[in-house]
Amino acid sequence: MLKASAIAGTAACSGCGSRVGPFSFPGAIIGAARDRGHELRGDRRLDEPVAEWHTVDVVIVGGGVAGLASAWTLDKLGLRDFVLLELEEALGGTSRGGRSDVSAYPWGAHYLPTPMPENIELLRLLHEAGAIEQFDADGSAVYAEEQLCRDPEERLFYDGQWHEDLLPSDVSDRERGEWDRFRIEVDAWVAWRDPQGRRAFVLPSDRGSDDPKVAALDAISMTEWMEQRRFHSPFVRWEIEYACRDDYGTTLDQTSAWAGLFYFASRIRNPGESPQPLLTWPEGNGRLVRFFADQLGNRARTGMLVTAMRPAKSATSGGNGGGVDEAASLKPGSMPEGPFDGVEVVARSAADGILRGWRARHAIFAGPQFIARRIIENYDRERGDAVRQFTYAPWLVANLHLRDRPVEHSFPVAWDNVIRDGQGLGYVVATHQSGRDHGPTVLTYYRPLCEFTPSEGREWLESCDWNACVDVVLRDLEIAHSDLRPLIVRLDVMHWGHAMIRPVPGFRFGTARARCQERFGNIQFAHTDLSGIALFEEAFAHGCRAAREIADQQRERVP
Amino acid sequence: MAIVQPVQPALEQAGWGKGEPLRLDRAPLFLLYINVLIIASCGLVYELLAGTLASYVLGDSVTQFSLVIGFYLFALGIGAWLSGFIVGSPARVFVEVELAVALVGGCSAPVLFLAFGYLRGFHFALFSVVTLIGTLVGLELPLLMRILKEHLDFRDLVSRVLAFDYIGALAASLLFPLFLVPQLGLVRTSFVVGLLNALVALWGTHLLRPLLPRRVGGLQGRAFLVIGLLVAGIIKADLFTDLAEEQQFGNPVVFARTSQYQRIVVTRSESDFHLFLNGNLQFHSADEYRYHEALVHPAFSAAIDRRHVLVLGGGDGLALREIFRYPDVESATLVDIDPAMTELGSGLPLLRTLNADAFGDRRLRVIHEDALIWLEQVDRKYDLVIIDFPDPSSFAVGKLYTTTFYRRLLRCLAPDGVVAVQCTSPLSAPRSFWCVVKTLENAGLHTWPYRASVPSFGEWGFVLAARRDLGTVSNWRLDERVASQLKFLDNSGLQGLFELPLDMRRLEVEPNRWNNQILVRYYESEWARWK
Repeated sequence: MLKASAIAGTAACSGCGSRVGPFSFPGAIIGAARDRGHELRGDRRLDEPVAEWHTVDVVIVGGGVAGLASAWTLDKLGLRDFVLLELEEALGGTSRGGRSDVSAYPWGAHYLPTPMPENIELLRLLHEAGAIEQFDADGSAVYAEEQLCRDPEERLFYDGQWHEDLLPSDVSDRERGEWDRFRIEVDAWVAWRDPQGRRAFVLPSDRGSDDPKVAALDAISMTEWMEQRRFHSPFVRWEIEYACRDDYGTTLDQTSAWAGLFYFASRIRNPGESPQPLLTWPEGNGRLVRFFADQLGNRARTGMLVTAMRPAKSATSGGNGGGVDEAASLKPGSMPEGPFDGVEVVARSAADGILRGWRARHAIFAGPQFIARRIIENYDRERGDAVRQFTYAPWLVANLHLRDRPVEHSFPVAWDNVIRDGQGLGYVVATHQSGRDHGPTVLTYYRPLCEFTPSEGREWLESCDWNACVDVVLRDLEIAHSDLRPLIVRLDVMHWGHAMIRPVPGFRFGTARARCQERFGNIQFAHTDLSGIALFEEAFAHGCRAAREIADQQRERVP
Repeated sequence: MAIVQPVQPALEQAGWGKGEPLRLDRAPLFLLYINVLIIASCGLVYELLAGTLASYVLGDSVTQFSLVIGFYLFALGIGAWLSGFIVGSPARVFVEVELAVALVGGCSAPVLFLAFGYLRGFHFALFSVVTLIGTLVGLELPLLMRILKEHLDFRDLVSRVLAFDYIGALAASLLFPLFLVPQLGLVRTSFVVGLLNALVALWGTHLLRPLLPRRVGGLQGRAFLVIGLLVAGIIKADLFTDLAEEQQFGNPVVFARTSQYQRIVVTRSESDFHLFLNGNLQFHSADEYRYHEALVHPAFSAAIDRRHVLVLGGGDGLALREIFRYPDVESATLVDIDPAMTELGSGLPLLRTLNADAFGDRRLRVIHEDALIWLEQVDRKYDLVIIDFPDPSSFAVGKLYTTTFYRRLLRCLAPDGVVAVQCTSPLSAPRSFWCVVKTLENAGLHTWPYRASVPSFGEWGFVLAARRDLGTVSNWRLDERVASQLKFLDNSGLQGLFELPLDMRRLEVEPNRWNNQILVRYYESEWARWK
């Protein structure tokens, strides 16, 4: 593919030290915790004695949206004695945001479609966080208008001009007809119900149907599905692939037809309707992260590298309880006295380097499976085969701090600005939602590295120094903004090595995903990778579920 | 035509070797007369430029032309008189003077435009420039005659030079109104004519070579420099005025500035002037009182308390003029995003006269910020809010007409406060007009839509809004202290504003929301019909 060879060329150049830059503005590659995370690769988790032990009801490992939602739900359920351990200095995972003098800005996930009325837990969160002002008599949510994505929402650059919306007007009637036909197919899935009355595609996805007709979609790629349905138009292909790259970091070939259709059908409530309106904030989903964080207080500990989790024997454990019998591997002296029924978690603090341990009745592992394998004892042995089927898309995200706006000649700046001939997804404008239309701003540029295999993509990221990254970013953005470079005062780059779980064909309805959702001793799992699609709603639902299951276990425990 | 004999002193002065003949035979002599013709044309064009520009920006063309012509002729005399003091090579001085005329005259129109926009002392700048050009032009002919006197007898010299001088004047007076101003505009005309003078100077270094010092490189270098400057001026003339703009507006542009936010243009006709933002008329000095009386006084008549007033937009100060008529106004806060706009309102003499020096009022506080952003942090209450934003022709302005905006506004509106909003034409753009009304209602306000006839705009729409029902319009009365000062509204006129004719009756429209700026789309489609 052209795209792949172009970016491969860049990679080769940056690898062989070709000269790009120097650029007249400063910046850095963010993601220092990556190196700390890599410490886990060395087998040194239990080399040192634990300096101090704490006892809590629940330990949550991972401060992304799943972990934060677990904490929020535990609070709701009255289980307030917990601690949340996060590797990075900031909470939020891929939903976190940053802030400058000019504006807050996202580093990853940056919008949330308003949920359907059935997603009660999420509606409750949005109500508490102030995004929903009230519920009308008929139960429908009234959103805080300024948190709904400001018009104009999207524009597309092609033929040297910006155009409103992402649907270009320069396509033939035949192609447009094909797009209409695709919309009809999507509407058919929106209307579809299984014998139990479940939709095929709904958020959270676990409430959707597992009917064989739906499962069959997961067996083929979106490309194959489009072939079968005779969608040949390059325009339709571009539109659908854009959606897949945007939500999953995958190409049409890499996306299962289930996931490809999920993107479109899960956002439409009734056939013929427009997709649900979007909520967004200058800092992206970092706004909801901040809401969660405000509730947590000092129960959230950042800069904590969890080095080990050990499930212990549990009388009430009904799960498969793998590794229960091999539980005696903690170093002598660190073992608690007497019988212990729960989980031990050991973490090193970045601030003081001290190794601390927590003994908890329950733990929630709210990180990705490839990390679970490295820190949960015996997990690799029990579920390694399954975990290896989880693959994650690498992304490059850049924040461009501008002293002023590029000159606009055609359709005016929107929130999401997509360059059709670019290799990335375009950029979002941080100040759009706050209504600041003049002067300094921050643009967030997104680039899934789906032209590579995931591991090649990560190698490419590691080979890219800052200059090479800036070159990649500018090469894309300068297609639409030739005057951009002198406006930049700072450009920071985020390397997301494992940004999103990839919904490749067969993953969603395969056994690996189902297996890894089951609790492991007293460890519950909560992460978007358990859904196969990296969406806020999925992380949130997993977090809530994990917390509820712990509460249920607690109740069983009390006679 | 006889080629005149060489002159020994000039020859020696020019550094030619003895015995070599010095002849002005490098070109036929009539080329020198062409020079005279060009010089004369240029001189008259500068005079016409200054006169035209002065009457553009100050009005009263009889006075302006009379004064400019008088000063100019007087300065010509000064120049002629000063020429008597020049010793040494008249040819060199002539070239120098030409270059000076080229520079000063060529830049005269842009300099005067800038002076008008930025300085208070426009008259001083005007007469300084006119006197300087006149003096320099006054030097030209005597010097040229001194150069030629060695080659012609006095009778021929006077008759031919003066004849070509007057032919040049005729040519200029025909070209100026028929070609130069309509085709080039004032600023470009100024640069082009300056360029002609500079070319004459450059040509002079060649034509008068025998009469010049040996090394003319310096002179030529300066000539090229001046030519370069003027050519750059011609290319960049749009920075001062845009000819396309003059054609668009149909009147001469007397002030133009592109700020960070918008293109501000003031044009001038015989007796009036007009302000345009991004090409849209903001006011016409002849009928703006109708608009601003209609914008301000209904709200003041309906309000109980009117001590603290907030004005959003309105950097021209004309709404402020109406507001400051009320002695009970204790404070007025004006929020306009664009400092260039309030500078214009407080600095441009034409506008200061029109807004009764509203920016000098001690009750006024001016804030330069996007009103939407400013409202987010405001922590006090206002009794009256006058909203005078431009029409919602873009999303950046359209956001100032959304439910989100009005809800923010409500937070700083006193419980009994009244809001007046200008909201485009209910006749030309009825859906846009009713959309603003609907949006205010959606934000939880009672509304009283009304309209006034403003000839330069057409039928114009406004709406009053308040938290509570202000009662019937017939109970609203103009303040007696103010009523006597008004030119448009009296009490019955005030009631009449609220009677909407059939062709402006209410339409069912969507409110303008933050996430769906339907108003911008309504506005675009409705005004497209009229453009």
